[in-house]
Amino acid sequence: MSLVDRLRRGLRRTTDQLFGRLDTLTSERRRSLDSGGGPEATASIDTLEALEEILIEADLGVVATNRLIDAARGHVDGRDLLASVKGELCRLLDFRPMPSGSVPCPKVVLVVGVNGTGKTTTVGRLARLAIQEGQRPVICAADTFRAAAVEQLRVWAQHVDAEFVSARAGADPAAVVFDAITCGKARQCDIVLVDTAGRLHTQVNLMGELDKIRRVAGRAISGAPHETLLVLDATVGQNGLHQARKFLESSGVTGIVLTKLDGTAKGGIVAAITADLGLPIRYIGVGEQLDDLLPFSATDYVDALFRSSW
Amino acid sequence: MFGSLTERLKSVFDSVRRETRLTPESVELALREIRMALLEADVNFKVVRAFIDRVRDRAVEKAVLESLTPTQQVIAIVRDELRGLLGEGTGGLPVGSDRPQVVLLLGLQGAGKTTTTVKLARWLQGQGRHPLVVSTDVRRPAAIEQLSVLAGDVGVRVHDPDTRSDVVGRAESAVTLARSTGFDVVLVDTAGRLHIDEGLMDELERLKESLFASDLLYVADAMTGQDAIRSAGEFNRRLGVTGIVLTKMDGDARGGAALSVASVVGVPIAFVGEGERAEDLQPFYPDRLVSRMLGMGDVLSLVEKAEQVVSRDEASRLERKLRGNDFTLQDMRDQLMTVKRLGPLDRLVDLIPGMGQMASGLPDNFDPRAVIQTLAIIDSMTKGERLQYKLINGSRRRRIALGSGTTVQDVNRLLKQFVEMRRLLRSVGAASGQKKKRRARGHMRHGLGFPMG
Repeated sequence: MSLVDRLRRGLRRTTDQLFGRLDTLTSERRRSLDSGGGPEATASIDTLEALEEILIEADLGVVATNRLIDAARGHVDGRDLLASVKGELCRLLDFRPMPSGSVPCPKVVLVVGVNGTGKTTTVGRLARLAIQEGQRPVICAADTFRAAAVEQLRVWAQHVDAEFVSARAGADPAAVVFDAITCGKARQCDIVLVDTAGRLHTQVNLMGELDKIRRVAGRAISGAPHETLLVLDATVGQNGLHQARKFLESSGVTGIVLTKLDGTAKGGIVAAITADLGLPIRYIGVGEQLDDLLPFSATDYVDALFRSSW
Repeated sequence: MFGSLTERLKSVFDSVRRETRLTPESVELALREIRMALLEADVNFKVVRAFIDRVRDRAVEKAVLESLTPTQQVIAIVRDELRGLLGEGTGGLPVGSDRPQVVLLLGLQGAGKTTTTVKLARWLQGQGRHPLVVSTDVRRPAAIEQLSVLAGDVGVRVHDPDTRSDVVGRAESAVTLARSTGFDVVLVDTAGRLHIDEGLMDELERLKESLFASDLLYVADAMTGQDAIRSAGEFNRRLGVTGIVLTKMDGDARGGAALSVASVVGVPIAFVGEGERAEDLQPFYPDRLVSRMLGMGDVLSLVEKAEQVVSRDEASRLERKLRGNDFTLQDMRDQLMTVKRLGPLDRLVDLIPGMGQMASGLPDNFDPRAVIQTLAIIDSMTKGERLQYKLINGSRRRRIALGSGTTVQDVNRLLKQFVEMRRLLRSVGAASGQKKKRRARGHMRHGLGFPMG
């Protein structure tokens, strides 16, 4: 199954709900134009209101929605309206890949986020992706707080056959990270994937703990962590923007992983996040299988979203 | 937790209050603001539209616009309607007729079911009940271990039979065990699942039927967006949810999902989870929440919270101290510890009427880290110093600063605040009646802010 197919399969429900309606909307619009209502100078207020409703229900938020609607304003034809929404979404979500200078060895990737977004599962899947690319990953269980988080990750590590570094519950997570990087260096691994404990972005002391992990990682290998991924649950609402902002401030997030896109939630808040904070979406999770984590591509994503429409 | 929504609504009402006469136009303007505030709080689009329509219908009636206090009436209408959204509900988990009472906890992945199961068991223990918990999450790696560890840590009995793959079998054996050993509630933790996953929803139906479960609590993340009503609605349609538990309310989520789910799905909110500790689960009271959202404070919750942590003896002892002339640094420390036990200060402030505003004006004064610093300084004093602050000379101050990892300036500031507090307390002790109350309020302002400077 091709990447786009898998993406589309995972997003089908999202597509049906979100853009199926947009499709109906635009075709209704076209019908009314065809039936000789006479072309108007701008899309009617009704159409724009319906569009606003659809985008807000997709959790894009009021600001991002208004931006898209402003872009859509002035278009008469249904196809143009959709094309401009699509183009604007694409423009919002697209980003240039990060400049790849000299590749650090091992590269350290920190996975952070609030409780219950799917960090541990994401780490297992990132390891799987790395192995598929011919890399040797080390999985680091730095969630020493949540009961049985280490065991959960150990199972994933065994599944994908990756190196695994952990410590007893309650240990200092920064120390585990240091050990994992040391282990990665000694065994000449390519990438160290660090699972951290879930923390609400409002908990100052726990955000401080992340800072310590970063400092210690930087001491173990220069420039670490080379990447910090914020895991967001697609069901999250406007609070996702707060989360991204706080994690960006305190732990230098470099990218987003959007999980649980296989439900009916749309994760539209990422549009607001990329618009406001310029954070790229790196991966999306579209199912419960180990290989249901896909690298994010704005064109594929938006294409897959609109495929059923046109 | 509903801070931002409250602020938005307040600024709307403030501008409405300034109007001496309301016109349909000014009502419309206010309604637009309210709509934005609700949408930004993740209240469902349809709920917002219906809400605004209802408020508009009632607000533009002649009787309201031409009444002597039109703004007050509009505010009352908004409060009524908000209250209406949250539905009837007393919060908590009523005692059922079955022995054992079987409670299923359901929800999407990552909502917080396992943590909530243990918190709920603790709450039930506090009600004098005897809960037994069992995990039926055979899918997520180590989910069963997670429940065992969490429950074990707080002294909740967990049942973990050898059948590691039979979902219904695990739960049934727990019910059997409960029946034979006298546990009166069985809490069944289930695997997280998507509401559109037919196979797994079937599994829940089987579980419900074979256990004769009387209570089905849907666990929802307070940060959920517009999708909240779709998932909760589907769980309710398939299984008949009896209550909702909102988790992660200690973040800055505006909790619009609470309003949407309660009103659209029509299921009352039973509990809210507000922290990582096993005690951080509270029954939900719609009236109190609405007052809180509209910035009217929630004195009842505050009183209950205080009663939980301050024993009556302790309180009367403290009061004698406060009235007398012998308030010492040790007492100040005890007081601070009590305040700390009440929970994070900023959350406490939300509960006091009018304090929400004050706190937003003085954000630094409510820095919880300052409390910890003050405690560290007092902890670095000798017993004698704590009882007789006048002992503390220059070299002692240096020692205390070193010991607590602070500076001499910090120690000086604390001592100054302490002396000021003593002076204030003396005047409170001497005063009486109205005067006392007024001073006490002044003290509260300085008092809650005292260690921070």
